[in-house]
Amino acid sequence: MKGADRSRLPEVHGDPPFTFPPILKSRQPHGLGLWCIEESSLPLVSLLLVVPAGSASDPDRLPGLASLTGDMLDEGSGTRSAIDVHDAFARIGAHLEIEVAADTTLIGLTVLSRYLRQGLSLFADCVVRPSLREADVDRVRQLRLNRLVQLRDLAPAVADRAFMQMLYEGHPYGHLAIGTEAALREMSVADVMAFHASVCLPSRATLIAVGDVKAPMLAEMVEEAFSGWTRREDEAPEVGFDRALADPPPSSSRRLAIVHRTAAAQSELRIGHVAVARSTPDYIPLLVLNMVLGGQFVSRLNLKLREEKGYTYGARTSFDFRRGRGPFLMQTSVQTQVTAAAVQDAFTELQQVLGDRPVTTHELELAKSALTRGYARNFETTEQLARALAQLIVHDLPDHYYDQFPTRVREVDTASVARAASSHLHPERMLTLIVGDRPALESSLASIGLGEPAVLVPA
Amino acid sequence: MDIPYSQCFLDNGLRVIVHESRSLPIVAVNLWYHVGSKNEQPGRTGFAHLFEHLMFEGSKHYDRGYFHPLQEAGAALNGSTNADRTNYWEVVPTPALELALWMESDRMGYLLPALTPEKFQNQRDVVLNERRQNYENRPYGMAGMALVAALYPSDHPYHWMTIGAAEDLQAAALEDVQAFFRRYYHPRNASLVLAGDIDRDEGVQLARKYFDEIPGGPEVEPVVRTTTLRDESRILLEDRVELPRLYMAWHSPAMFAAGDAEMDLVADLLANGKSSRLYRTLVYERRVATDVGAAQNSREMAGWCQISATAAPGHALTELYEAIELEVDRFLHDGPTEAEIERGLAQAEAHFMGRLQTLGGFGGKSDQLNAYAVFLNDPGYLASDLERYRRATPATLVENARLVLGPGRVVLSLVPSGRAELAVAGSHPVEVS
Repeated sequence: MKGADRSRLPEVHGDPPFTFPPILKSRQPHGLGLWCIEESSLPLVSLLLVVPAGSASDPDRLPGLASLTGDMLDEGSGTRSAIDVHDAFARIGAHLEIEVAADTTLIGLTVLSRYLRQGLSLFADCVVRPSLREADVDRVRQLRLNRLVQLRDLAPAVADRAFMQMLYEGHPYGHLAIGTEAALREMSVADVMAFHASVCLPSRATLIAVGDVKAPMLAEMVEEAFSGWTRREDEAPEVGFDRALADPPPSSSRRLAIVHRTAAAQSELRIGHVAVARSTPDYIPLLVLNMVLGGQFVSRLNLKLREEKGYTYGARTSFDFRRGRGPFLMQTSVQTQVTAAAVQDAFTELQQVLGDRPVTTHELELAKSALTRGYARNFETTEQLARALAQLIVHDLPDHYYDQFPTRVREVDTASVARAASSHLHPERMLTLIVGDRPALESSLASIGLGEPAVLVPA
Repeated sequence: MDIPYSQCFLDNGLRVIVHESRSLPIVAVNLWYHVGSKNEQPGRTGFAHLFEHLMFEGSKHYDRGYFHPLQEAGAALNGSTNADRTNYWEVVPTPALELALWMESDRMGYLLPALTPEKFQNQRDVVLNERRQNYENRPYGMAGMALVAALYPSDHPYHWMTIGAAEDLQAAALEDVQAFFRRYYHPRNASLVLAGDIDRDEGVQLARKYFDEIPGGPEVEPVVRTTTLRDESRILLEDRVELPRLYMAWHSPAMFAAGDAEMDLVADLLANGKSSRLYRTLVYERRVATDVGAAQNSREMAGWCQISATAAPGHALTELYEAIELEVDRFLHDGPTEAEIERGLAQAEAHFMGRLQTLGGFGGKSDQLNAYAVFLNDPGYLASDLERYRRATPATLVENARLVLGPGRVVLSLVPSGRAELAVAGSHPVEVS
């Protein structure tokens, strides 16, 4: 074989086809949905329970209740103390992962397949029969209060919290899952029990299992483990499952806000506005648009702020697609003295993509290729596959969604991206939030035309 | 449990390892250079990592950004530097494999002609911002620097962290880059793994096609330096944090050396997870700490073992210090229970199995093959690696823990600015920048 031809890059011929594995679905007597992918290359099974309620279902007076309830699941069950539960999981080399997001609570466990039966039994005990004892609630509450105290020092966390608060005032998306100190102090065991009872319903939940197990055997094991779960579909749930579908407050002007951080080495930036729900018909064109704007290393924003200016270690944009209308967001962390310049550059990029520098054919092709050609690598592990199924469930997507995704992306053209951009990007409504050293920033910020900053005091 | 592979060496010394696994139409390319921050000199720290950044800025025959053609081909890619090695990887759809090899070989063979002062300046600014973001502006971010600086004397290559000192980065010069490249970035100091939708013959042929033309370069002498810590050193660092945190650190066995796996198990049973001893006593029962952790940080030349705990509000670090010492002493006296050993083994097995799930990226099968190849000259070490854990007994755990967790150690009190009184008594302030 002859050596390399360095006069040009090797061509890349053809895209290998990708097929998502079959999804085997069944339903348990009490209504629990069961989705399974049989994948036996390694003796592992990943379980993931999807409960379609998260921090957006927090009662208005108790932000953080969903998350505290989630945390309580593995803190004791039946006669087992919290330590006994942790120990039982550790003996099978596993631990329960509980993730409370805005729209969902995901409870996950990956075990060696020979421990599947034990794993399922422990898993069901935690989900269906958590003890929720007062002493344990008090202990976990205190740990979360401590965590809140620590988050005050973490600039990205301060920025996320303040940004969502300002953008979604009075809306279920207006608080982070961890909630507030005042609400945490107020939560009682009764609140936790009531939330658990109204959200953790077999008729609403779906259990996903991916890995080295056959579907019929799985169904049998699940039935045994979850046998005590009772169907309560006739009871009206006390907690709204889809409260976040309500419209967020409108915003009509540009705003600037600062959270002061003494002698901060960098400014943490969040620039964005309320955007669209995952169900938008423009979802795919927006994904492509985001790739060009700030969704990959070679995006316009990262190339400008990092590779051209050296202002930052990285900059990105995202549409946070949720069941309700999530935010569009540009985020980065830049050295203090270039903060104003970085904000201006970010706005310039936005205005240009909407104005005289729309997405080019070349950029479009690059973005589409990046989204589709390496698609298979998103489905390598049992946990990746389980999470992919969770997306189908949370967003009511068809089974063939992943098989069709590459084709649907390839159909996007510059016109549909331009349309999606002008419908969903609004520079005139952006909220710009900075966590940084205010005295060092004030004079330069005055020059960028966003007006007088609102000065926020972190919660 | 193993990762089947075949291995050969090109004439220029490049090690080539191929692992075939056809479940998805992707190939992982994973290239290690056996150089890290331990090859740096005092006053010139942070250089290996800054160099890694420059590897993404274009080479002679494709003098534009490295990411563009690969992302267009559907690849995921990245690189990283630690004290002992620098790795680069791409995960590509099968038809883009040659593109990835072309790109990797071009920067191995022809980086310098494309390297300009502008690129150098720009990436130095990016790295300084990486340092601000991940260390200076992050709570507890400077603790690691204070610890390694106290664990190792100033001329020891583990005395500094891979990110380096800001003033050294400012002082770095383009000539340093060139000398560094010539010394370390060549086939004889590198190891290439191709894993996934490819067989041995094809892999070796393609490696030849793209890498054969690059000259071998000088043999790199291993860095050897030993040091001991006889007494306890109590140091104090103030930071913008609300809750003080205590760190205790000891010298420990090097990666894969006798006692390394045992200390890994000891660290887990002492302070990792909610079933660990320190979680139970400090967080769950006494509630004097809000979190605990431990790690056996094993590295090529030497390891260091660390226990840390963050104080709950209203508690000072002396209290944590005494509580940890009590638990450690109890462990050294009584040893682990059979249940703890059983738990440790189950966790090790699950952990090893989990690592077999991905072909590429950090920690995937290709990265593991390279780790075993570069550090042990044995790509097939995985089964023996797990065996190290399986052989552990209560007696070997306690024996190694007694050797490691002795009086020679560093105790770092990281406290909120202006609250030195929360530190362990007798701590002296240290500077890190």
